[in-house]
Amino acid sequence: MSLDAETIRRIASLARIRVSEAEVATLQGELNGILAWIEQLGEVDTEGVAPLSGAARMALRMREDAVTDGGIRERILRNAPERIGLDGAFFAVPKVVE
Amino acid sequence: MSALTDLTLAEASAALAAKKISATELARAHVEAIDRLAALNAFILTTPDRALADARRSDERIARGEARPLEGIPLAIKDLFCTEGIETTAASRILGGFVPPYESTVTANLWRDGAVCLGKTNLDEFAMGSSNTTSAYGNVVNPWKRRGDNRDLVPGGSSGGSAAAVAARLCLGATATDTGGSIRQPAAFTGTVGIKPTYGRCSRWGIVAFASSLDQAGPMARTVKDCAILLRSMAGFDPKDSTSADVPVPDFAAAVGQSVKGLRIGVPREYRLDGLAPEIVSLWEQGIAWLKEAGCTIHEISLPHTKYALPAYYIVAPAEASSNLARYDGVRFGLRVPADSLDELYEATRGAGFGAEVRRRIMIGTYVLSAGYYDAYYLKAQKVRALIARDFDAAWQSVDAILTPATPSSAFAIGEKQDDPVTMYLNDVFTVTANLAGLPGISVPAGLDAGGLPLGLQVIGRAFDEETVFRVAGAIERAAAFDAVPQLRAGA
Repeated sequence: MSLDAETIRRIASLARIRVSEAEVATLQGELNGILAWIEQLGEVDTEGVAPLSGAARMALRMREDAVTDGGIRERILRNAPERIGLDGAFFAVPKVVE
Repeated sequence: MSALTDLTLAEASAALAAKKISATELARAHVEAIDRLAALNAFILTTPDRALADARRSDERIARGEARPLEGIPLAIKDLFCTEGIETTAASRILGGFVPPYESTVTANLWRDGAVCLGKTNLDEFAMGSSNTTSAYGNVVNPWKRRGDNRDLVPGGSSGGSAAAVAARLCLGATATDTGGSIRQPAAFTGTVGIKPTYGRCSRWGIVAFASSLDQAGPMARTVKDCAILLRSMAGFDPKDSTSADVPVPDFAAAVGQSVKGLRIGVPREYRLDGLAPEIVSLWEQGIAWLKEAGCTIHEISLPHTKYALPAYYIVAPAEASSNLARYDGVRFGLRVPADSLDELYEATRGAGFGAEVRRRIMIGTYVLSAGYYDAYYLKAQKVRALIARDFDAAWQSVDAILTPATPSSAFAIGEKQDDPVTMYLNDVFTVTANLAGLPGISVPAGLDAGGLPLGLQVIGRAFDEETVFRVAGAIERAAAFDAVPQLRAGA
């Protein structure tokens, strides 16, 4: 199966990455090359095999449901490219609602 | 005594403890070496003031008789580890200007044990690459040159800066990370030792995430013992990483010199790829002969799904990457390209901030996870991953460790193998299986090719059995007596 230019544009939009028309053509070739190579997995009989999602072959730990962190607003905001509000207490984004 | 930069980590520790050298002079020698060999581009950021301040504190502790396990040892840190107050870039434009307000667990462990911070090493952008040519901060140059050929070679990737820094004697050891071979392949390309420990051995907390089910931190150094010393400090349970293993950390260095007599070594027939370079085959045979000589028994084993490891990896890793890298949105940290709407802000920022390889992988990941394709690609790859893990489980019934080549070739020139992404991906053909199965793997320098470039052998072990891996690696190191040095190095 081969991805057409429209599909490349749709994937880029899903990934929220702006690509130029020239890049669409390059990406189309590269992604199709990679997918064609990946297709060989079709040869493997995986009937009845349980998928392995991680390499840590142990159950996830539970911990007490307690607050262990907090009160670090300034440290969280320190790297923000743009801040807004009193004391710059918020991350700034373009207007979302009219 | 040889130059301070030629000492191994273990030798430097002994000399510091005996007060034959000071941590300050050791740090200064490395700071100067980094300056002199700046053309290697091994570092994105150097921290000489921090290094000298750390060293001064180490000298005081040594004087008071309070030396810690890595007291005064100058290390380089892959710029994928968040370091509090020190810019951390992951070699990406999108993280430009990011100064972490926290310290990664692995680096915190190293500072706790007295190590000295020299700076942050270059890497492939977000650790995606096998040649260190995808960094937004430029290519790293391998300190080795092919005989009679002055072209710059790649140091491998993604931990290319760490590998080059260790090989060129700009540090006594370095941190690195390995998602598909990013410690072991650059170690092989630079004549250094690098171990990817068992998944869960080192905390991933504070390491910029690429593919969370595969990423694992490990050390690079010039000897097996030095790697063992570093890993002991780096490893350990961390409640902040839900996949961190709550298991004791053994004294890995004690395993390095132990006899390998009676160990059963597996040689997987599927790793004898069609068209594998004769030099790689003979290196492998040499390794088998060395281990036989040392008292191991050799067993041919089968890992039948080996061929499918790389294609499965190139579904799983990009899928996880596309999810992990969703956080780079131009809002909370790093680059922001202004736009009129929020969606345009995301698209403009991510379009400008991510390099070509990262973009490709995010897009592949987005596609394989998208509605209608999830089962055909992602679920299929996870099932193949289960079969690969099962292959190893079966092998451990009859062997204690597995010996393979580390890479299918020696270092190549910058610009070679760049024709299409898949050619570059094939670099990791021998290393990626250990990531998919979560197993420890080490690369040890074992010889030179016809062009005088280093080649490595890989030892893979059972989960949480790094001790056997270190034992076997130590035996190979003793037999190989690898003493070749790169042309570009401190003191040369």
